[in-house]
Amino acid sequence: MEKETCTFSYCAEPEIVEVETDILLIGGGMACCGAAFEAARWATPKGIKIVMVDKAATDRSGSVAMGLSAINTYMGENDPADYVRYVRADLMGIIREDLVYDLGRHVDDSVHLFEEWGLPIWKTLDDGKKVDGAEGRKVGKLLKDGGKPVRSGRWQIMINGESYKVIVAEAAKKALEYNRQATGMEQNLFERVFIVKLIPDANNPNRVAGAVGFSVREHKAYVFKAKVMLLAAGGCVNVFRPRSTGEGMGRTWFAVWNAGSTYAMPAELGAKMVLMENRFVPARFKDGYGPVGAWFLFFKAKATNAIGEDYCAKYHDMLKERYGKYAEILGTCLRNTAMMEDMKIGLGPIWMRTDLAFEEAKKHMDAKELKHLEAEAWEDFLDMTIAQAGLWAANNIRPEEKYSELMPSEPYLLGSHAGCAGLWTSGPEDICKKHGLDEYFWGYNRMTTIDGLFTAGDGCGASGHKFSSGSHAEGRIAGKEMVRYVLDHQDYTPTLAKDPKEYVAEIFLPFEIYEKYKNYTTDPNVNPHYIRPSMLQKRLQKIMDEYVAGAGYWYMTSKTMLEEGLRQLEMLKEDSLRMAAADHHELMRCWENYHRIVAGEAHARHILFREETRYPGYYFRGDFPQIDDENWKCFTVSRINPENGQWEFEKIPYKQIIPD
Amino acid sequence: MPSYVITEKCDGCKGQERTACMYICPNDLMKLDRDRMKAWNQEPDQCWECYNCVKICPQQAIEVRGYQDFCPMGANVIPLRGTDAIMWTIKFRDGSLKRFKFPIRTTPEGSIDPYAGKPEPDINKIKEPGFFTHQGEGKEMPTP
Repeated sequence: MEKETCTFSYCAEPEIVEVETDILLIGGGMACCGAAFEAARWATPKGIKIVMVDKAATDRSGSVAMGLSAINTYMGENDPADYVRYVRADLMGIIREDLVYDLGRHVDDSVHLFEEWGLPIWKTLDDGKKVDGAEGRKVGKLLKDGGKPVRSGRWQIMINGESYKVIVAEAAKKALEYNRQATGMEQNLFERVFIVKLIPDANNPNRVAGAVGFSVREHKAYVFKAKVMLLAAGGCVNVFRPRSTGEGMGRTWFAVWNAGSTYAMPAELGAKMVLMENRFVPARFKDGYGPVGAWFLFFKAKATNAIGEDYCAKYHDMLKERYGKYAEILGTCLRNTAMMEDMKIGLGPIWMRTDLAFEEAKKHMDAKELKHLEAEAWEDFLDMTIAQAGLWAANNIRPEEKYSELMPSEPYLLGSHAGCAGLWTSGPEDICKKHGLDEYFWGYNRMTTIDGLFTAGDGCGASGHKFSSGSHAEGRIAGKEMVRYVLDHQDYTPTLAKDPKEYVAEIFLPFEIYEKYKNYTTDPNVNPHYIRPSMLQKRLQKIMDEYVAGAGYWYMTSKTMLEEGLRQLEMLKEDSLRMAAADHHELMRCWENYHRIVAGEAHARHILFREETRYPGYYFRGDFPQIDDENWKCFTVSRINPENGQWEFEKIPYKQIIPD
Repeated sequence: MPSYVITEKCDGCKGQERTACMYICPNDLMKLDRDRMKAWNQEPDQCWECYNCVKICPQQAIEVRGYQDFCPMGANVIPLRGTDAIMWTIKFRDGSLKRFKFPIRTTPEGSIDPYAGKPEPDINKIKEPGFFTHQGEGKEMPTP
């Protein structure tokens, strides 16, 4: 096909807004809010400027936008070394222990701040009574003063988290405002601006100098120049064909607006990525994707197959035979495997026996306590997955009477939850030096292999199980390091490699194409000259599902399947040069889906590179069904060579620093 | 469960530049039809059903109905969000109701003073592990 270019002959040229700052935060979720809070404290007395750019409204942006019913990472009385052991076991033995330990030793301070700011955290009182967060604040002690949380698991604490993000955003916005006033900037929080591309420095292609994007509200392009950047814009959702077939495609388990931007933009700049073969396949309440953690851990419910068998116990010996020591304790992916064994032989539906959990509770609770327990069960959904409450009501399901179906979902790419895809970053200096981890350290904690580009939360790979609190804390770690980076590079002035107009023309190409061709056919939806973003997304999802181990194929793939999938992805990428957008909203969808394609390709190529089945239950390599520690107990690291666009792979040794 | 806007109740936020629902939707779904002064969800199949538009609407004009590719009709879930608590009314398909009230915040909205009572950062310690809060309180970070 002939290459299209944007000369603004058909669509109007946008105003270009240029913004210069020292520190740029791309994203607005937990990680960027944490970075804003920590960085502003260090930066402001030094006159260092901080700008945050969020594609939504920060009060309700990111994966915590709906709220949460628990904080899943809080050390409390625990040793961070045990946290490393837990994360390592769940992620099948390969994690960056320096990063995970570092997270563990920092995280509680963020949780203490949340409580101070007004997040209601459930408390266990001295007499053992458990109270909600409002009551707990009145009669209990703060966590930082020795107050006891209500643990749903060893690492999890219960909260009343409907307004979790609003509270965290308020603190971040005030921190940014403090920095803005002190440094005399006109504006330093840009909401509804979607960043599409990172720009290398004119004098050093391995250094980031700029970020370009556009407003989804006004016909304006934005060009940011910064000495240092944090990119933390969530994981990647809707890269696979979802189980839903219509409207329900928006009811993804992870936030639907996570478009893989955190992976795609650095990848295109040549950043190294790690364990991008990893994915998360959450087994959740079917269709609504309501959380199961509290049901398992707090309400002590059991999941069984249709004839009442505990599928984990049933297949434990078989899994030990297949996967050896990795199946001693069944991690998240192996529990999926056990569930699927029964589903494949027709022993579904898989049921979460909420009814039996209540029956058990009745033995030691009075009517009032039971009523309270029922409210807690509903709140678990209403705080974070309201759709599931609606789905129960629509099916006349009362959990005390009727059990509910569980189902493994479509795959998600992420680095903050029970997955560890992401960018390859430098670790903390003290731990890396003490343990001789030279390959994990290059100057600044959480800096990627691109000079000046940091990441956190879903972006920082090989270190899952951070969740909301850990993402905030990791953003703070990066925020502080970015201030240090600016202090160390005072005389650096970012210079963009090309005239900003060239980047802007590239970003607005889908407008130009649409305007140029829309009248060629009587219906602009069907037109041979372009592809609209919703079809681009559906084609990507179909390829990923069919060739890259999607839910529709029982998460199974192989070398031959992946090679065919990659052939189709290449053509999809070529077709993305013909994306068309009728308005700014659709322009955002175009580039989100472009980011999804790049993230999806990274995922496919990583699965192809790793010739084993490291994460059974998340995906299976039919041609390499075993875990092969001898060859593959290592980090798989990839990079797109910016000079020729070729993907390059290497193995970097895994180093254990916390003994078994 | 995509959100929908009840025609009679929506006043388009009285012709302001943007409506409350447009402001808050994390996925940029809500749009204002300026001719009718009514908001609408432009992409229901990308709606996460986060309810942020429902919670913020000053006219209580926005509700959610189940995704029809898997959800039977007839139920609804309606929040009423105050400053320190949220009330939920759940209507089942069979018509029965449940009501719940949960706390959402223990401090007044807008009251956060992020650095009040917090230690000043010591720039000489910027290279050491620990946040300014840890360092100011003299807390040492453990190393493995």
